[in-house]
Amino acid sequence: MPELISPDQVGQMAKLSSLRLSPEETITYQQTLNQILEWLQQIEEVDTQGVAPTSHILPLVNVLRPDQPVPSLPREVALANSPAQAEGCFKVPRIL
Amino acid sequence: MNINPYATIAQLSQGLAEKQFTSRELTEAYLARIDLLNPAIGAYLTITKETALAAADASDLRRQAGQTLSSLDGIPMALDDVFSTAGIPTTCASAIMAGYIPPYDATVWRLLKEKGAVLLGKTNLDEFAIGSSSENSAYGPIHNPFDLERTPGGSSGGSAAAVAAGLAGYSLGSDTGGAVRQPAAFCGLVGLKPTYGLLSRHGMISPASSMDQPGIFAAAIGDCALILAALDSLDPADSISVKREAKSYGHLLGQSVAGMKIGLPQEYFGKETQPEIAAQIRAAARELAAQGAKILEISLPHTAAALFAYYILTSAEASSNLACHDGVQYGLRLEEDNIYETYRATRSAGFGPEVKRRIILGTYLLSAGYYQVYYQKAMQIRTLVRRDFDQAFQNCDCLLTPVTPSTAFKPGEKKNDPLAIYKSDIYTAAPSLAGLPAISLPYGLIEGLPCGAQLISPPFAEDRLLQIGAALEQKRLLPQDLD
Repeated sequence: MPELISPDQVGQMAKLSSLRLSPEETITYQQTLNQILEWLQQIEEVDTQGVAPTSHILPLVNVLRPDQPVPSLPREVALANSPAQAEGCFKVPRIL
Repeated sequence: MNINPYATIAQLSQGLAEKQFTSRELTEAYLARIDLLNPAIGAYLTITKETALAAADASDLRRQAGQTLSSLDGIPMALDDVFSTAGIPTTCASAIMAGYIPPYDATVWRLLKEKGAVLLGKTNLDEFAIGSSSENSAYGPIHNPFDLERTPGGSSGGSAAAVAAGLAGYSLGSDTGGAVRQPAAFCGLVGLKPTYGLLSRHGMISPASSMDQPGIFAAAIGDCALILAALDSLDPADSISVKREAKSYGHLLGQSVAGMKIGLPQEYFGKETQPEIAAQIRAAARELAAQGAKILEISLPHTAAALFAYYILTSAEASSNLACHDGVQYGLRLEEDNIYETYRATRSAGFGPEVKRRIILGTYLLSAGYYQVYYQKAMQIRTLVRRDFDQAFQNCDCLLTPVTPSTAFKPGEKKNDPLAIYKSDIYTAAPSLAGLPAISLPYGLIEGLPCGAQLISPPFAEDRLLQIGAALEQKRLLPQDLD
């Protein structure tokens, strides 16, 4: 089977996805992803020359509502599920 | 008091109206059955006993006062755990959502509540609705009531198993590429995926926004029509919600199908399909022909290509949609030195293996250099799939196909081969890419396991779909070894 995705690429994709993989997981995912990508190679055989892409199927364009204020969730309700909060905000570890 | 847990909504509603039993008695009967059978089936993640009994009592009071809200008033039901329920835990069967209690209701649940629905609990599924076998839940697998060693299908396997085992009168699930229709087929139920845009997705946590729709599991076609009518409503909170005139959906039930043109797409009867299933669906076609329908052999040439496009688009969309689970606003957080390491620690511990696989795959498919090869190409294939269907519907009122290539399989049979699982969605994914409504109907048993027939119609023709479905409706299939 050709190598369509390398263990290093799997590691790179995991990093972009904010996931950590153990060396064993990296190998397992590399093998199954390679298998899936090999299967997906068959799309090359589909003739799509000049075919416009469809991103979703409804003929809707820019659905807007009237620009009127409506009530939103009270702050304490919106914050109720947060693992940590402070001064009415979500609290997170340092960013810099 | 004689309560049949396998009764239709129409029968239960009649029982309530005739005072054969109260909603409290009905709810207690279902709760007792859940206590007895759920440990072996694993259909429910959360059982909302107290709020269910309170809702049942409120329904009984309305009935005494002559203020019954609808034929769904007082009928016990279940919701897939992808639907947000204010004050009731909602996990999507993922560890990353552990402890999350939504501050608002999904629109479909709000609409059912307004009709007097009694929620028995939240049902198990493949984590984040990703999967087709209900093996990917962080909270344990689900078992098929017809054979506990087999899968009920997925992702909405718990909602299917609950209704099939008589643990709820009806239920809702989410259908991206077959996640309601395939479990309905495996569990002997009616399963409807409405047209993309008909039902609101607001509050439904689901992976692939360009295809997801809430779907219905019911014991009978008539029930499906009642539920659909209750849920069909324009929702400003969902940007794809399409304004439609209110319909009864049941108004064509029982009318003749004579003269209707039913297409059999040859690609759906290929070598992938178990021969007994193909034979059952051809028997269904003969049954429609005997009622005067005209059967046409047709072709949907991009059927095989549709499955590739489906997996590319759903993986890409899932990788993007699931980015919001980062331990900041709700759910699990594994705190580390800085926010980026916190994201990584939380997501690595919180997501299961199949969800991670799809996120990594989706990220790859969308990355520079591969976008055109995969994502762009998949969107072009989507156009071709739509054209296939558009062309078919110039000659046909409806298409008749198998729902699945096989009957319910055993979990683990395909566990180490994701492709084998992916291929089980082959007949349900294409209509989803085209946004079409489709229904799964029980059509006989094959070696004791239910077989499903799929009907696919043009957009927003759910009433027609239910009419043709009713022409094929059989006596409800019941699991034999459960009671």
